[in-house]
This record gives sequence, C-alpha cells and structure tokens, in this order.
Amino acid sequence: MNNIYMPSPYKILDIQQVTNIEWLFKVEFDRADEINYGQFIQISIPKVGEAPISVTEFNAEEGWIEFLIRKVGKVTDVLFDLKAGDTLFLRGPYGNGFPFDEKYKDKHLVIVAGGSGCGPVRSMINAVHKKFKSVKKMELILGFKDTNCIIFKDEITSWQEENNLVLTVDKMCEGDSCDLGVNEGLVTQHVDKLDLSNIDDLEVVIVGPPMMMKFAAIEFEKHGVPEDKIWLSFERKMSCAVGKCGHCKIDETYVCLEGPVFNYTKGKKLLD
Amino acid sequence: MKISMSKMNFNESLKKLEEKYKIYAPKLFPYAGRFSDTDLVRYAEVSTIEEMVFDKKSDFSPKEILLPQSETMFYFTEKEYKEPDVEEKGTLVFLKSCDLHSVKRFDEIYLKNKFSDIYYSQRRDKIKFVIVGCKTGFDSCFCVSMGTNIPEDYHMGINIREDEVELEILDEGLKANFQGQDKEFEIDKVAMNKIELNVPEEINLEDVINLDLWREYDKRCVACGKCNFVCPTCTCTTTQDIFYSENENTGERRRVWASCHVDGFTDMAGGHEFRKKHGDRMRFKTMHKIGDFKKRFGYHMCTGCGRCDDACPEYISFSNCIKKLTAVLGGEDE
Repeated sequence: MNNIYMPSPYKILDIQQVTNIEWLFKVEFDRADEINYGQFIQISIPKVGEAPISVTEFNAEEGWIEFLIRKVGKVTDVLFDLKAGDTLFLRGPYGNGFPFDEKYKDKHLVIVAGGSGCGPVRSMINAVHKKFKSVKKMELILGFKDTNCIIFKDEITSWQEENNLVLTVDKMCEGDSCDLGVNEGLVTQHVDKLDLSNIDDLEVVIVGPPMMMKFAAIEFEKHGVPEDKIWLSFERKMSCAVGKCGHCKIDETYVCLEGPVFNYTKGKKLLD
Repeated sequence: MKISMSKMNFNESLKKLEEKYKIYAPKLFPYAGRFSDTDLVRYAEVSTIEEMVFDKKSDFSPKEILLPQSETMFYFTEKEYKEPDVEEKGTLVFLKSCDLHSVKRFDEIYLKNKFSDIYYSQRRDKIKFVIVGCKTGFDSCFCVSMGTNIPEDYHMGINIREDEVELEILDEGLKANFQGQDKEFEIDKVAMNKIELNVPEEINLEDVINLDLWREYDKRCVACGKCNFVCPTCTCTTTQDIFYSENENTGERRRVWASCHVDGFTDMAGGHEFRKKHGDRMRFKTMHKIGDFKKRFGYHMCTGCGRCDDACPEYISFSNCIKKLTAVLGGEDE
C-alpha cells in the first residue's frame, strides 16, 4: 500500500512578489496533467508542517504549477524565506475542482472572485481567455480591499480586452491611482453590470471570503439565478486532505474529499 | 470451539502467546486518576488475567492501540522523509463489545472514506480481538440503545468467572494455544442498561443548528476536550512537525489526537475560526455521533460507552443531551 501522506520533492522555478504579502511561486510538477481547475495541493515543509494551497495556474506540457501564497501562517512564513532553486515538497492534487466540462462548457460563465479568491479561479479564467476551453461568454467581477491589494494586474488587463470585467475595491484610498478602471463598492453592488438576460445559459462561480460568498450568492438569487447554477469554493482548516483528520468536515461532508467546490444547493446547507 | 480452563492455565497460554503478540487489556494505575486518591484504568500491556480490569470501566478506550495519542508519521533527515519501522509482533486486545464496535467506526474512516491510511492498516492487520463478556454495564452505559451490546467479528470471546475462564475461540491461529474442557456457554451480553435512549434515526442539521438547547453548553462546557479523548470513536487528529533541539536539521512529523471542542480545531491561517461558541462545538460533536456519521456510513457513530459523561469536569451528560434533543425533535424521551 502506498503512503498517501508521502510528499515528493519539487524544485521552485520562480518566485514573484505580487503584493506585499502575496507571492506567486512557480514550481516544477510532473503531475500537472492530473489537475482540474480549483483543486488544491498539500505543500509540505519538513519540520514545519503542511498547508492546503489552491493551484492558481498549471501547465502540463511544460510541467509546472503555480501557487498564490499569502504570508499568514507557519508554513507560508517559511515559504517566504525560500528562493528559486530551492526544494518544496508536494502531495496532491486533492479535492474535486470546478466541473468545467460537465457544467460550464459552452455556457455563459460568470466568475465573481474576492481577494485571494482569485487564486483558485485564475487557471480557469486563463483557459477560457486563451480559448483552451470554450464558453459562450465569460464575465468577471473581481473585488479587492483596496488598489494595493489588486493581484494579477497584467492578466486582468488582458482579460478586460475580450471580456466584460468589473474591477472593484471596497474602499478607494486617497491618492489612489490605477489605470485598470477601478470601481468602488462590494462585489454584490456590481451584479447589475452583468448580462443576466438569459439565465438558462448562465453558470455563476463565486470564490472569496465566507461572508462575500454568502451575500454574493443571495444577490444572484435575488436576480433570479436558480441555486443550482451557483458554485462556491470553500476554505477550511485541513491537516490530512484525505478524509481522515476531521478538521474540514461540515455535517457529513468532507471539504477535502467532496469539495472544495460545491454547488450552492449543497453549499448553502453546509452550516457551521 | 468452546472450552473452559483454570486461570492458571489461561495465564500459561498468555505466556506462550506473548512470544508472538503484545497483549493489551485495561490495567489499573493506582492513584493516577483525575481526582486525588482515585485510580486510573487504561489500556496497557499485560501478562496475566489478574492484571486485566473488567469490573471497572476503563477511563480510556482501546483506541490508543489503533491510533496512538501521538505517532510518528515521518522522520526527517535533512531533506528526506523516512517512515518509521513497523512493529513486527502481532497484537491481542482484550475488550468489551461496545469497544469492538468502535473499531468498525475507525475502519470506516481510516481504511475507507476514499483513501486508506497505511499506518492504521499496518497496525489493524496484526490485531486480534478478544471479547470479554459484559453482563450489566455501568451506570453511564447505554450500549443497548446504540446496538453495540452484541459483539461482532471477534477472534475469541471469554467470560471471566470466579475460578475459571470460559473461552469461545473462533480464530484458527489462536486455537492451538488454549487447551481445556469442552463446555457449552454463551458470551455474556448486556440485556438492559440503566440509561435507555430513543435516538432519532435521522437528524437534519438545519433542524437543530439553531436550537436553544445548545446555548446551555456555551458556558457549561469549558472546551477541555476530555470527552473527545476518552471517546472510543473520536478519530480526529492534527499533524505536528517538530525538530530536535540537539540537531535542528532533523525532526519528525507526528499526528496527535485532536478535539473538536478545543480552541484551534477549525482555525485557518489568517485567524478565521468556525464554531466559536462552545455550545456550537457540542452540537457539532453530537451531530457527528448521532447524525451525520450515519448519513455518510449508515449507522450511528456513538457506541454508548458513556465515557464522555464519566470524564466531563462539568458533569455534562451526553446521553442527557441526546434525550433533550430527542424531546425537542418530537421523540418520546423526557
């Protein structure tokens, strides 16, 4: 029997500073062909610990994977001391990821992401944007705390060219300058800017902090979007990522096994 | 094969078995209990039947044999992960019916539930279970209500009598180790407990999440987690990495028991925490034991051993909590 907890070593190819507290790690990975959008990996650092981190981008042909990592915990603190060329240990991918081929293909896809919630959806947005995956139309609402927190600016600029993209910050600071056309207000305040004329064709993906997902889902329901067309990605504490440790369990559901992506019909019943 | 033999001969057999097996049973640790001048009964290695304590309830369950309180998953040497060596001896565990039923629940999570756990399975493969007949249970037991009073899937069963031991040996490998006189008997089973519960078959989380009854536990429960640690079916763990102070380049990854009542169980990096109120943690545990585990695996998790009631420093009774919940949900209790 193989040991499901045994991680494998991979080389860090590149590290980019995205904001003051968020860095983008590009890591060699030979199993990128197994990854689905929205899945996560356990990053393992011997003598420090493990942390579940969303795959933000991957390339099976070139054999790499990217993580957007915020410096907030024991494991991520150590990651920020690493350099390109250093070794990371990984196991996964885990979780279900977004059901793109089953549900979103050739549909009108709306993605609402808040803050580092952009991480889990970025690979899917890029796949659609680069026409690797086909949808009828893609619209995006991306929300951040303030303009300093905006991540993936270059990609946002290129996504904007071909897709309706609403970029918004909770609060505009004085002296803010951003040439991306930033709006002010919570993501829920911009739902009206989307084309919701053909709801039958629509699939809505919402990823962000728990409160943002809750109220965004309610807002889409108010606009007549049925629950089963709304998708959420949950974040929970995890130790094992393989259904043993119990930390991520909500009701009878293990977020690591059946999630992190849930249809809202299920997600709204996952109460803490 | 059903036989009876003297305790002296039984001990001789145990002595022979010790060559191949580590023998575990509840053992008395004088003055190690939670109050002054009280004893502790917990699972430990034994050599004779006299050391085994079955007339008192063991304070801790045999789960520490299946899933140690702290176990090393990997040793780190520089940048290498190395698994610890596997114990070669087999294990013989003397336990009561309720506790054997808890093993079935452990199997559900550690052998199944999509992935199989190698540490657990290596240990599990080497264990043989000896059921010890139980006639009456103890004050806080409710095994009959949970359906765990009838033993299933055991290798050997014994009744410990005044001057002899009755043995029902089902496992071929164990048969050769015991010689005695043929005897017809049944392994003792509890027919009735003092506590009888009418546990609802199906409880929906939405129906109970906002009930007032959980608020009682906000203050009463002090979130010490003792109920989780003594529970034979609490399977949660947390991984912990450490390095050795003598050489910081080496260390190990351990997994240790975790408690859904204790602070930090749901804390994510960045500080977000779910179920802050202790009453909500009580609800989470209760639903796992008599609600959501059944939704997932088809039967209730709680085995009715009552150890949580015995251990709680605030005298919270889990069986009472089930009664209250049943009453609110329209059952017959209370």
